[in-house]
Amino acid sequence: MSQVPTDLRYTKTHEWVRVMPDGLLELGITDHAQHALGDLVFVETPEPGRRVSAGEPYAVVESVKAASDVYCPIGGEVAAANVELASAPERINQSPYGEGWIARIRPDDTAAVAKLLSPADYSKLIEAEGD
Amino acid sequence: MGRQTPLYALHRSRGARLIDFGGWELPLTYGSQLDEHHAVRNASGLFDVSHMGILDVSGPEARALLERLIANDVGKLDAPGKALYGCMLNESGGVVDDLIVYFLGARSGDRDEERFRVVVNGATRDSDLAWIRAQASGRAAEIIERLDLALIAVQGPQARAQVARLLESAEASSALALGRFRAAQIGALFIARTGYTGEDGFEVMLPAAHAAGFWDRLNAQGVVSCGLGARDTLRLEAGLNLYGHDMDASTHPYESRLGWTVALEPRERRFIGREALEGVLARGAERKLVGLELEGRGVLRAGQRVIHAGAGEGVVTSGTFSPTLQRAIALARVPAATAGAVQVDIRGKLLEARIVEPPFVRRGAQKGSHLQTKGSS
Repeated sequence: MSQVPTDLRYTKTHEWVRVMPDGLLELGITDHAQHALGDLVFVETPEPGRRVSAGEPYAVVESVKAASDVYCPIGGEVAAANVELASAPERINQSPYGEGWIARIRPDDTAAVAKLLSPADYSKLIEAEGD
Repeated sequence: MGRQTPLYALHRSRGARLIDFGGWELPLTYGSQLDEHHAVRNASGLFDVSHMGILDVSGPEARALLERLIANDVGKLDAPGKALYGCMLNESGGVVDDLIVYFLGARSGDRDEERFRVVVNGATRDSDLAWIRAQASGRAAEIIERLDLALIAVQGPQARAQVARLLESAEASSALALGRFRAAQIGALFIARTGYTGEDGFEVMLPAAHAAGFWDRLNAQGVVSCGLGARDTLRLEAGLNLYGHDMDASTHPYESRLGWTVALEPRERRFIGREALEGVLARGAERKLVGLELEGRGVLRAGQRVIHAGAGEGVVTSGTFSPTLQRAIALARVPAATAGAVQVDIRGKLLEARIVEPPFVRRGAQKGSHLQTKGSS
């Protein structure tokens, strides 16, 4: 059973969003997603300063099996990327909600976070997908 | 729902992640594909490859049939227990399948009763059987598909010793005495010193009903259960082709790094595809299959475009991230004049790669590496 922390918001494409105390949004992929992908071997993170719009791919994660785009849930500007993932992509497998974060963005509209999936709704979604 | 091997229930009960592979439901991984890969390079792992087809071919014209079907020369199988890797070709020289033939011997020394065992790919076993039966029409050769047997590969530097530990001492000695590319029926097991990982090891054919017990006893000795994911990264590191990806019915051996498996001598042996291959040799092959290593970060994948400024464009046929080398490796089919540095189009970015001679990894070590040292054991 995949972990779905209750303090985060989610997307149908298996990303999570954390609202940080400074107003930035921390982004990553869910435990369900990392498990489905298998061992990650390469992560391409976005350059700080880059503008990304909602629904746009902002990162790529590759497992031994396949490459997958990671979509930005909310539009904004990239404030930071987790450069540690370059040498340690397995952090996403080991700690998808912690050390495996991918980027932090300065959102155009923080209120949009409320429109993302709640932990309960995301749990239902992955249950329906056979988690 | 795909076809199931005799080990299907075991895979399910152990929590393997099952996928469809050429119509068969098989483990992709038991947990971590990378851990399974390293287990085979450093110690030992076992794979269910029962989806592969096992065909016994026997009778007065068995040898003649195989000499017609296979581009390598079955005439090299001059003693029981010898094995031969080769390709079946179509009339245009395209590869119908790649396979291993084992010479089982002649019943009580009677040359009229020679017996061979042919192991073909899982995805092609039905079409292969139809192809072989069509060619056998009118010949005194019997072809039996051995649906009663399971096939388990045990691979890695410790694999042979661990299989031997399951056997009685006389049988263990026979198994350990097998040379490379040799096989023997030892008790209920047909044991071949062959594999698809670049490591030493055995491929074991045994009655389907014994398969789960054999698997359990190897697990109990610490041999790691592995899935097809690790099998793919291991074979690619070893520079071994995968049928349907690196060669198929539209490509011939000389553009698939398989020219060494084509026996043009003796000249009078008229194997299927020979005339087409002689034409290719006279003209020169237009393309070739090469190894690639990506210079920077990223992962090479099948289907990516390969660009060489002078020679033209090619395509990656198999690509992966090499767990042993910690960089991306691939096989790619490129114009014959391609050499040195190339670029690969990875999601719209042109990244630098260089042509290297496979295998990428030989027996657990990076090729050309003198830094690795063996333990004292």
